Amino acid sequence: MTRHVEKAMGTVFSFDVRHAADAAADAAAADADGAVARAVAWLHHVDAVFSTYRPDSPVSRLARGELGPADCPPEVRQVLALCAEAERRTGGYFTACPGGRLDPSGLVKGWAIEQASLLLTEAGAPRHCVNGGGDIQLGPDPFPWRIGIAHPLRPGALSAVVTGHDLAVATSGSAERGPHIIDPHTGLPAAGLVSLTLVGACLTAVDAYATAAFAMGEAARDWVEGQPGLEAYAVTARGHTWQTSGFAAFTARG
Amino acid sequence: MRRVLFAVLVTAIGLVLLLSFKPHDMAGVAQPPAAVAPAQASASPSPQGSMESADGRTFDGDAVDTRWGPVQVRIVVSGSKITDVQVLQAPQENRRDIEINNRALPILQQEALSAQSAQIDSVSGATYTSDGYTGSLQSAIDQAGL
Repeated sequence: MTRHVEKAMGTVFSFDVRHAADAAADAAAADADGAVARAVAWLHHVDAVFSTYRPDSPVSRLARGELGPADCPPEVRQVLALCAEAERRTGGYFTACPGGRLDPSGLVKGWAIEQASLLLTEAGAPRHCVNGGGDIQLGPDPFPWRIGIAHPLRPGALSAVVTGHDLAVATSGSAERGPHIIDPHTGLPAAGLVSLTLVGACLTAVDAYATAAFAMGEAARDWVEGQPGLEAYAVTARGHTWQTSGFAAFTARG
Repeated sequence: MRRVLFAVLVTAIGLVLLLSFKPHDMAGVAQPPAAVAPAQASASPSPQGSMESADGRTFDGDAVDTRWGPVQVRIVVSGSKITDVQVLQAPQENRRDIEINNRALPILQQEALSAQSAQIDSVSGATYTSDGYTGSLQSAIDQAGL
């Protein structure tokens, strides 16, 4: 088992890589360490390119109009294209311009984690769990990962447990940091839900759509039902829970 | 499974940060800090490393700087179980910090101890704003080899 915690992008990333406990374990551990080092370097690269807190980052310069998209690193154009797709698929509930200023951060973290997961797999460490600030990508190697969903109304308690591999889990909510998701259509804090968890294959979409679906409030349920490959679990402001029709396939007892 | 501990702890820690995000009340600055950290005064961070004691081995996490001041935790390990989590340093510059910590730290400790029975690898939904706590805690757990 290789564990690593890294501070980047204003949050904490946690890597959990498992490998077989056999004669080749030492070699596997060394490979995993190298794979994690590459993934960590990637996260810091993403931070340098996409940080809205660094005035000299390409995204900051793009937002100020000092650079055009064509002048930016290719990954910036890739992320902007992903943002445009998320905006379209969520009917504008996801936006890369919250408050009118370019800020793709709502998609960048999930994308960075998904890419880090791909890096680990390519580097020979496909059995892994990458958690960035509570948003998770599980590697493709079969393993019964168990992911607790933090209870939004009872700090420290879990509300549900998701299990699987080759899976992304993201939770949006207002409980821990107060209302911080704004409905872009009203400009007001999203109401109706206190927590919404999405599961799906890839964290880029799962994370961005979790934020968007949370902003939809109760309408999120029907919207997620209409999205192939996505399932949702939510806790409402009244403390009730609901889940979409396919969510049970991902839940674990206990 | 042991990883749970870290992950679930973090959710408890969320409470600390939830409260910490509120504007600090500077009225209490002149007051002496309350005993948030009975184990040690914040002025003397303990050296990193483990010690044997009657109750088990202790591992001190790294002191991690946060926006509100350094945070450092210590875990006490008996066998492969964490039996206690102590906060060696926590922000306590004002009355608000102290109130927050006095309320949250018992929860933190309780969660650390109860989390060990939950077989969870990771937790979704905790926005790890409490970088200081998580960083220090993880480094202590890593030292303990749990």
